[in-house]
Amino acid sequence: MSLFYLLYIECLSFWKMPEWLIFIMWYIFNFILIVILMLLTVLFLVLFERKYLAFYTRRIGPDRAGYKGCFQTVADAIKLLFKENIIPKNADKFLFFLSPLIVFVPVLTVWALLPFSSGFYTFHSCCSILLFMAFLAIPAIGILFAGYSSGGNNFALIGGIRSCMQLIASEIPSFLVLASIVILSGSMDLSVIVKNQSGSILNWYIFPSFLGFTIFFICSLIIMNRLPFDFPEAESELVAGYNCEYSGMKFAMFFLAEYAMTFILSALVVVLFLGGYNAPFDFYITDCFNLSVILREIFINFEQFFWLIFKTGIIIMLIMLIRAAYPRLRTDKTLDLCWYIFIPLSIFNLFIAIIIKYMRGIL
Amino acid sequence: MNNSTLKNTTILNVGPQHPSTHGVLRLKCELNGERIIKIEPIIGYLHRGMEKMAETGSYLQYLPVVDRIDYLSGFFCSFAYLDAIEKLMDIVCPLKALYIRTITMELNRISSHLLWLGCYLMDLGATSPFFYAFIEREKILHIFEKLAGARMMYNYYTLGGVKNDINKELLGEIKVFAGNFNKQLKEFEDLINNNPIFISRTAMIGVLEQETAVNYSVTGANLRASGILKDLRKDFPYLIYKQIEFDIPYKKSGDSYSRYIVRVKEMKESCKIVNQCLDWLYSNIEDLKINLKINTAKIKPEGEAIGQVESPRGLMLCYICADGTNKPSRVKWRTPSFYSVQLINEIAKNYLVSDLMSIFGSLDVIMPEVDR
Repeated sequence: MSLFYLLYIECLSFWKMPEWLIFIMWYIFNFILIVILMLLTVLFLVLFERKYLAFYTRRIGPDRAGYKGCFQTVADAIKLLFKENIIPKNADKFLFFLSPLIVFVPVLTVWALLPFSSGFYTFHSCCSILLFMAFLAIPAIGILFAGYSSGGNNFALIGGIRSCMQLIASEIPSFLVLASIVILSGSMDLSVIVKNQSGSILNWYIFPSFLGFTIFFICSLIIMNRLPFDFPEAESELVAGYNCEYSGMKFAMFFLAEYAMTFILSALVVVLFLGGYNAPFDFYITDCFNLSVILREIFINFEQFFWLIFKTGIIIMLIMLIRAAYPRLRTDKTLDLCWYIFIPLSIFNLFIAIIIKYMRGIL
Repeated sequence: MNNSTLKNTTILNVGPQHPSTHGVLRLKCELNGERIIKIEPIIGYLHRGMEKMAETGSYLQYLPVVDRIDYLSGFFCSFAYLDAIEKLMDIVCPLKALYIRTITMELNRISSHLLWLGCYLMDLGATSPFFYAFIEREKILHIFEKLAGARMMYNYYTLGGVKNDINKELLGEIKVFAGNFNKQLKEFEDLINNNPIFISRTAMIGVLEQETAVNYSVTGANLRASGILKDLRKDFPYLIYKQIEFDIPYKKSGDSYSRYIVRVKEMKESCKIVNQCLDWLYSNIEDLKINLKINTAKIKPEGEAIGQVESPRGLMLCYICADGTNKPSRVKWRTPSFYSVQLINEIAKNYLVSDLMSIFGSLDVIMPEVDR
């Protein structure tokens, strides 16, 4: 069990509560922590993206709400909360209500699986990679439902269908890449994968499988509907695609899910290829100071958290730069890219991984 | 509804309020999956009765309205209209007025193409070129504001010349703009021209065959991108285009990419023309008339005339039938976008929905000009 869990039990032992209650409360605390973390991340990401794009296109960006616009997303969220909740006349009301949840909840769940530091992860599973990708496949179903239930709006329907189309196309190469990572690390557990990359920058899996990194990065762009591949909601073709008919809080949920997905997939890329929470050198900065064992343990966790966020931030900036610079690809071209180029390449990448693993075993 | 399920097709109604129809155009598309079987453009949502409006007032009362026919290139509309009247009344404008008209029209062409460029890339999904284009366009509009007092609806040309004189300070501003413009355009081209996604979205997409182009009487950059070298500025030089050296860019393939290339090159040529006009204006800045100060009561032409101009979107004609009173008895406009918008069914058929907007955007259609 992680350090924080032990600390938590230590703190609660004072009240003499039954064990099952302690156990349940641990997960409730974690859930609250993760929701707060996610909301803060999304609030920051939205503002950061707007400011970053503004910088890229020589504008000022939002600068009214708060100091230099730092409360802009909060203001937007409050505005969305008070918006009228419009449901189209012919809509399938149950599905229409359900689909934002189908999109939002799995993305939130996935946050529990990510090892933010060696001691901070909510849910530990021996095959968390599989769970991760399985949960991330669910939002596409929600998007399809959203498109289908929007009362015969063809724009929304096309957007929903496109989302499923690209999910199937991008899932296969990304799973093949994941298989190569599993082979390299010998485990399907994300925290073990991260631990295997510790030591120095040379142990990161980006070096044995750079090809895999490229494929997975582009596939994750497709899964998270970011710009070169954002056809489910291509605003110049489909107006807003699947969320055409949504307003108010339901729209906010789609929006939240999209940015949460952006963060979590970038974090996954970092965990799989860029050493996760490991520092890029073979020691932690915390070790430079003389600290007691327990303090060192705590500060190392914070440092690891910092490294993960730092690397994820770089990946997210790359994603935003791509969004700023590139036009949208066409749907069929993307399918061609996935089926004809990425799948053969990822199988090739798998072979490389097997050979590297075998050579390591010999040497 | 039943009919469409039987035929296994869907009707997708694009517009009249759609972000990338650039105005109130409605496209009724029949889809098979995502493939377009048929497109029917439905126009008329922006009809303001421009032609009938001319018959209600005097010749000069109609002049400010003319700019609204194509709000992105107001100078061209007012030139076409004034050209017709000047032909009727045998008015020859002073040389300096001709130069000022040329320089403003070419700057206007650049600003119009820049807006097209930004919006076209926006249609393809690239967000930043839009802002870069608008930064450059803003500089031109700033110059126009100083010269004519308005950013888009100029009402600057008048019968027998132009209204305000150009001064040295403004000439300096134009010179700075024209000097930097090629550099800025190069940055655009670095960002866009060799972008693999841009090429895959535009090259060999929406091919306009020469024969189709001629049959639909398409003009302007759309025609020149299909390999037919026709430009009014060369074929029937008006204003001072005879004395000026410039090339007419053209390409043979007729796809969206060549339409893009032709327009970008046209901007460079316009910049060249601006520079040559600047040289003349610098050396003849003093003591020249800019208009003839015609007595408005005497504007009572008789007969028929056609004013013509090569607008950014193609050949723009204004036919005036005058009956000797102070009101025209009939004004007829031939606007180039009206002919381009009909092409959409011809060239976007059998492409995907994603291509619809990229093809339509490449035609540079602007709705107020179609409906008038």
